Amino acid sequence: MSKDLVDLITAKPDVRNKKRKLNGKERFWLIFRYISLTFIWFLVVMPIYVMVINSLKGVKNVYLTNAFKLPEKLDFSAWSVAWSGTDYFPQSISDSMTRTLFFVIQASIISAIIGSINGYVFAKWKFRGSNLVFTLFLFGMFIPYQAIMIPLVRIATTLELNKSIYVLVLAHVIYGIPICTLIFRNYYEAIPNELIEAARVDKASMVRTYRSIILPLSVPAFVVVLIWQFTSAWNDFLFAIFLTGGSPKLAVATTALNFITGSSNQVYYGVNMTASLIVSLPTLIVYIFLGRYFLRGLLSGSLKG
Amino acid sequence: MRRSSFRLVAAAAAIALAVTGCSSSGDDAANQDSEFEIFTWWASGGEAAGLQGMIDVYEAQNPDTEFINAAVAGGAGVNAKAVLQSRLDANEPPDSFQAHAGMELDGYVRGGQLEDLTSLYASEGWDEIFPADLIKAITVDGKIYSVPVNIHRANVLWWNPAAATKAGITKAPETLDEFFADLEKFKKSGIPGLALAGKGDWAIAHLLDWMLLATMGADKFEGLYNGSTSWTGPEVAAGIKNFQRALSYGNKGAGNLDWPDAGKLVTDGKAGFFIMGDWASAQWQSDGLSLGTDYTYAAAPGTVGTYQWLSDSFTLPVGAPHRNAAIAWLKVCGSKDGQDAFNPKKGSISARTDSDLSLYDDYLKSAASDWKQDRLVGSTVHGATGNNALMAAYNAAVGKYFSGGFKDNAGLAKDLAGAYEAGKA
Amino acid sequence: MSKIVKNKRSLSSRLGGLLFVLPSIIVVLIFVYGLILWSVNVSLTNQNSGTKKAIEYVGLKNYTDLMVDERFTHSLSNLIKFTVVFILGALITGFIMSLLLEKGIKGEGFFRSFYLYPMAISFIAMGTVFNWLLNSARDEDAGGLNLALQKIGLGFLQNDWYVSERGAMYAMALPAIWQMSGYVLALFLAGFRGIPDDMREAARVDGASESQIYRHVLFPQLTPTLLTILIILGHISMKAFDLIIGINGKSYVTQVVAVYMWEATFDKRDYAKGTSIAIVLLIMIAVVVVPYLRYNNKQQAYR
Repeated sequence: MSKDLVDLITAKPDVRNKKRKLNGKERFWLIFRYISLTFIWFLVVMPIYVMVINSLKGVKNVYLTNAFKLPEKLDFSAWSVAWSGTDYFPQSISDSMTRTLFFVIQASIISAIIGSINGYVFAKWKFRGSNLVFTLFLFGMFIPYQAIMIPLVRIATTLELNKSIYVLVLAHVIYGIPICTLIFRNYYEAIPNELIEAARVDKASMVRTYRSIILPLSVPAFVVVLIWQFTSAWNDFLFAIFLTGGSPKLAVATTALNFITGSSNQVYYGVNMTASLIVSLPTLIVYIFLGRYFLRGLLSGSLKG
Repeated sequence: MRRSSFRLVAAAAAIALAVTGCSSSGDDAANQDSEFEIFTWWASGGEAAGLQGMIDVYEAQNPDTEFINAAVAGGAGVNAKAVLQSRLDANEPPDSFQAHAGMELDGYVRGGQLEDLTSLYASEGWDEIFPADLIKAITVDGKIYSVPVNIHRANVLWWNPAAATKAGITKAPETLDEFFADLEKFKKSGIPGLALAGKGDWAIAHLLDWMLLATMGADKFEGLYNGSTSWTGPEVAAGIKNFQRALSYGNKGAGNLDWPDAGKLVTDGKAGFFIMGDWASAQWQSDGLSLGTDYTYAAAPGTVGTYQWLSDSFTLPVGAPHRNAAIAWLKVCGSKDGQDAFNPKKGSISARTDSDLSLYDDYLKSAASDWKQDRLVGSTVHGATGNNALMAAYNAAVGKYFSGGFKDNAGLAKDLAGAYEAGKA
Repeated sequence: MSKIVKNKRSLSSRLGGLLFVLPSIIVVLIFVYGLILWSVNVSLTNQNSGTKKAIEYVGLKNYTDLMVDERFTHSLSNLIKFTVVFILGALITGFIMSLLLEKGIKGEGFFRSFYLYPMAISFIAMGTVFNWLLNSARDEDAGGLNLALQKIGLGFLQNDWYVSERGAMYAMALPAIWQMSGYVLALFLAGFRGIPDDMREAARVDGASESQIYRHVLFPQLTPTLLTILIILGHISMKAFDLIIGINGKSYVTQVVAVYMWEATFDKRDYAKGTSIAIVLLIMIAVVVVPYLRYNNKQQAYR
């Protein structure tokens, strides 16, 4: 493995002939590039723009025909309704946000630990058939979860796991094994074997090698996996809705959001937009501050590290 | 010997005490459950407020029971039904769940997942107090499986008085001929005659359901669901033809409007008529619009004197973990207090014939009086006459027809016949 | 080198490796493969929770029924349309974005960050917004893209988006393209920048024009990247569910295989049919993914 994908993406190619004055043709292309980039920028930003401005128009009378119009005056009432509820929205989103944070963090940490151990073995302590096993793991990353959902609910109910939020920790840890293993394995593959060899000469055990050599080097991979699991568990809807069975005690961000936006008879777009925005904020914030690591997790789906 | 007999007496006394303790509320199945869970998809707005009203009544009567309202929302119960299904099949039922009264329960009944509530009807006197037509419609093989908490009317015509005056319409159309004449008038005045909402297919299916009823009359319409009227016969063909004609007056780009969007076209005077259930009134009221000036209503044309109803109801699943609490809940659901706490907020009328009308707004008062005197016919699209399988196929058939530019009448009739078969399978 | 290392290792240390991953292996075997087999088993029966009849095996009947089920073929053809437009759209958009950025430009970081943010948000949250943007209401009622088109003087382009008879799935692909073209951008950008500068320089010295350099030198280097993108996008596309339910519910016009499976399982309560649809979907995905995994596995083995 030569260079990490994300390093390549964010690498600054030396802008060629920087000092030289641009000739007419080159200047035309430069302007053309900026215009195109800006145009695409508008398209990409549009949905979030619509979401934000319509969350500032209050609760009622937020309708389609004004979608792009800026609010006449800023009205934050939809934010308080979406966040803490009123008579009309007895189930607010605040409780479920804290609950989601609680379980998502635990799921991410456990996933990362398991992924790290697995990745270590698959990269540095290969056993007979380990490549095949690893490939079998990876397939689990691609399956449509609908195909396993009904038996899964049955198992969770029989074992009475569905009474607590830990059922979601369990689900995300289990179905996160493939991707977390993959990310760590690719990361550890890049660690030179000589380092391990040196430890082996010292008769260090596998566990000690892991603790003393691998683990201290693993911080970036841990960040990647933590962020990846955080984002995917936070955004997950399918596991959440099936495994918690709609219990309000176990509502998480996406199910609570669905509860607000999915009401069949009465629709308040202002609150819908605001709640959607609130639910998207944590993952957006993570993206804004740790985008590089997020990207790395995302690209690991392409299997090559 | 004396001591042991003393013990015996004490034990007997204790048992007696326990027994009387149990029945101290004057009830043979008193509610001693500490917890109770219902499952609904009433997430917000008047629905949630109404439900809370009913919960308050329940909590006043059962102070020791913690009430848990499990709710899963999503496009007319899309997700709710899925989650409920997975819970029922995993033998993890809630203590009571929401479903439309009537055929929507069919699958649960056939799957042996609901308890028979007939005896509750007798003991609570609901046999007398719910209309006989309703009781008949929700009875399956002599048994009743749910308690209706409200009645919505599906066949209501809504319009904006100012827009109607502008178009030269002075009175509500009572027949289909008058209806089509008025659609033409709206069109001439420069607005689409009919507001349509195509999102999720059901609102268009709702329109067809009314049109079939209006075209063939209540008897033949009921025949569609007991096999005496053919889906491929002339009555349905005529109904589809009328349906096609009405759709041609629809607003452009209706395909993905949700019903509140289409409703707003009407209240804004940008479209003429709107055929929608009476929950529309509740939505507009909460938007601050007022009946009489911003919008007004009449029984949908061709169905004057017929009340096409749908009803939300609660059930008792087999294996409910807190059965006594559930029975106490169902009693609240069927009671006058419970229904009068629920319905004014939900924007529906009580299923009982003895509700306190002073609590209800003007529209609901008139609906309640129609409910007592009209011929009652169940709604297909909202689960009264069609089970889940039928509704899914029915909506898909209408969606296919509508998105195909409403041309293939024969194809629609055939698909509807298929939907009816799917419901029987 | 790694071969020598392997031979040196004692048996116990090799087993030690296995021991540490054994729990994960067992869990994956049960929860991925075991549950798939469970589903396969159900799909060979007549299990239908809506009708209480004795469960018996019916062979492949559910699968043969699907082949003649108009609803299923409709959802399958919808899925194919969606997949083609989504993949082409994301590929072209992402590729153009990468071409615009590849040489480096002032403000690249700014543009790149914005182009990638859609991937951090779920479609459950974006459903409401996209329903507005792709709304079919026109002219004065218009709100979303139709309104935007009017404003920039392209009002004649207004259309029904995802509710039109023919174009529904093409329009439905737009949000998916919005979300995933950043992914394509990232992979292509990495691809471009992984090509050593020498290659460009050499071609330039040989007198090749810029466009020739792209066509004959750079593009051929991107073929493996293209393959990866096709497979990743392909499998995402086949699983499409959240996006479609979030925007248009279960409406007939945009129904795809995963949505039809949902309806069969939960509205019709026909588990046999639901699982057979799920298995068909799984097979479709496997056809794309398994060769890729095998190829990848081989590469790893020789590394």
